[in-house]
Amino acid sequence: MALDKPYLDIPGTTIFDMDESRKGYWLNQFCMSLMKAENRMRFKANERAYLDEWPMTEAQKQAVMARDLGRCIESGGNIYFLGKLGASDGRSFQYMAGSMTGMTEEAYRAMMMGGGRSIEGNRFTGEKK
Amino acid sequence: MARITASVYTSHVPAIGAAIDLGKTAEPYWAPLFAGYEPAKAWLEANTPDVIFLVYNDHATAFSLEIVPTFAIGVAAEYPPADEGYGARPVPKVIGHPALASHIAQSVIQDDFDLTIVNRMDVDHGLTVPLSLMCGRPAAWPCPVIPFAVNVVLYPVPSGSRCFQLGRAIRKAVASYDEDLCVQIWGTGGMSHQLHGRRAGLINREFDNAFLDQLIADPAQLARKPHVEYMREAGAEAVELVMWLIARGAMDDAEPGGKAPRVHHRFYHVPASNTAVGHLILENR
Repeated sequence: MALDKPYLDIPGTTIFDMDESRKGYWLNQFCMSLMKAENRMRFKANERAYLDEWPMTEAQKQAVMARDLGRCIESGGNIYFLGKLGASDGRSFQYMAGSMTGMTEEAYRAMMMGGGRSIEGNRFTGEKK
Repeated sequence: MARITASVYTSHVPAIGAAIDLGKTAEPYWAPLFAGYEPAKAWLEANTPDVIFLVYNDHATAFSLEIVPTFAIGVAAEYPPADEGYGARPVPKVIGHPALASHIAQSVIQDDFDLTIVNRMDVDHGLTVPLSLMCGRPAAWPCPVIPFAVNVVLYPVPSGSRCFQLGRAIRKAVASYDEDLCVQIWGTGGMSHQLHGRRAGLINREFDNAFLDQLIADPAQLARKPHVEYMREAGAEAVELVMWLIARGAMDDAEPGGKAPRVHHRFYHVPASNTAVGHLILENR
């Protein structure tokens, strides 16, 4: 019997649950390895070769190399782990979060200064704004 | 006898730590936020406890996906600030309180909360940013700290009511410690934020302020709020707020006949990076 997951209809949101964690285990563990300076250096020197040391899917590796965090999330990545990848690039969490919204960095920052994204129209998938 | 005298609640946004470490607190972006913590710093200086029991979450720092404890208590003598990928924060190392922490673990586990015991752990911004907000940049933190890490990264996370009941068990454990210690319990994380996906940047002031109201006035009812409400209404990562219920459950009025706490300070500010910052100080009477 399937377990109830009442959070699946939240738009633009992936709850990092047990299924996602299973899917993204090696992607996230790869990210975790970047907390060590020597691993960051090896990764930067040859990204593809470093990624090939991990049993990740090809889609996960491509998403990492493209720094497409949205696709990383879709393939089981978690933002706190992906944060290590961003940190290796010297990126802030605001940059990383903004990069998944389809907005420019400036527009995202301005939205936050203006009080953030409104909840209206953002509660349920398919909801009319 | 040891006693919990007050609880402190605060967000623990990493960018706040960076602003402090880089000396940016007076910049227009940050000044209003830090102004909101000035009364809190004065209060802590006048009311420095003997120990802080600090409830926070690790952000894929000490715990990768290899081992994910739901509740983990630090019983070590000290904890180094972690390198989270940007280099370790230039803050003092955290001194623990092994005797009280071990006593609490001994008591709480026998009260049916199956804690993980941690003797070695680096502590990340979840723990050090609240200390920086409340203490500024001291050469040493004002007292020993017991780190208490809660899994709010990998879902399912513990329920609000489980957290609230755990707070009650912690209060009981502290009260049975023989030494005359004054203990504060801090609950950290939140408030509104979503850090991933197309909905990133979500802020819900109404939700946050209703949460603060209810945390003060009716925490037992608030503890029944289902996770999906936090995630839907205030952003996926706002589920961190369940940690505040641990601290709230450790206050006197969580027990029958206990007096309601006094609200010493309340503050709310948007934004800090992607996040809404909430802060509260409640004192037992």
